Amino acid sequence: MTVDTWFEVASSACLLIGALLSLAAGIGLLRFPDALSRMHAATKPQIAGLAFILLAVGLEARNWATISTLILVMLFQMLTAPVAAHMIGRAAYRTRHLRRELLLTDELADVVDRASHDLATDPATRPQ
Amino acid sequence: MSGVKGSIWRQVPLLLWLVVLWTLLWDQVSVLSVVTGILLALLVTRVFYLPPVELPDRVNPLGLVIFIAHFAFDLVRASFQVAWLAVDPRGVPTSSIVAVQLSTKSDLSLTLTALAVSLVPGSLVVEADRQDDILYLHVLGTETPADVEKARADVIAVEERIVRAIGSRDDVRRVNLSRAERSLGPIVSGRRQRAWEERHPIIPVEQYPSEGGYPE
Repeated sequence: MTVDTWFEVASSACLLIGALLSLAAGIGLLRFPDALSRMHAATKPQIAGLAFILLAVGLEARNWATISTLILVMLFQMLTAPVAAHMIGRAAYRTRHLRRELLLTDELADVVDRASHDLATDPATRPQ
Repeated sequence: MSGVKGSIWRQVPLLLWLVVLWTLLWDQVSVLSVVTGILLALLVTRVFYLPPVELPDRVNPLGLVIFIAHFAFDLVRASFQVAWLAVDPRGVPTSSIVAVQLSTKSDLSLTLTALAVSLVPGSLVVEADRQDDILYLHVLGTETPADVEKARADVIAVEERIVRAIGSRDDVRRVNLSRAERSLGPIVSGRRQRAWEERHPIIPVEQYPSEGGYPE
């Protein structure tokens, strides 16, 4: 086998792994019970899935112009996905889009309750 | 570094990065791409002004390599774990919301820890308490209280790897003190770290308004 064939085999394998991770993310989106659990499926396997697919493209193309763009795609995906996940997760928690009976512990509940109690009783304690 | 000169020097890494980004997007290094990159970088930093990020006063290349390798491994492993939880025929996983008390105070270390933790599947930052440096995470697949403790320890380990790689001297001391409370050895204890700690004595809690202060 030539070097090119090996690159093609590696590239195909990466493409398959990436596709499987993305498929699992889709299934998780359907199967997980509440908004917060779904956020894991919606944002996370996608990162590794995308990484494998970009790796496949890089192995196939093998020139710096393409690879530098792929690195940028990955970088911005890694910078933005957690921020989006955090904002949606935070909103989901505060609007109670989660099923508490499926939580083992909730160490945030007391803090939020106390904060909202303070706000309700004394507007002067509103955090700056 | 202070005053006008300091603020200009602090902008330099950001400007450089914006120029590099621009040339990468053009896929070519030419006079035109570099000059337009510099002009655009100046324009963007003027129009979209952000407070400059305080860069750390130390970098450990080996620590950086360890952090990146560990992170890549965690990312791939956890992706497969979450993928399996999604198709696991035994039903849906039990989650928890876990509070993790971090040791560092700097914006950069806290942000990087939250980013790294968020990127690894199975944990999602629901809330960040900047005042007291507590991250609240939604952790997928915690069946027992032991799993919750493991998730907490994992986040603290990520923080320690980040601080070891690019934490400031102050962050290193905070992490070392926090580890000492748990009877663990310091992450960095070189000569320069000790010299820095002697020059910058710990500020007593009462002179440290609105913050938790250093542990004694």
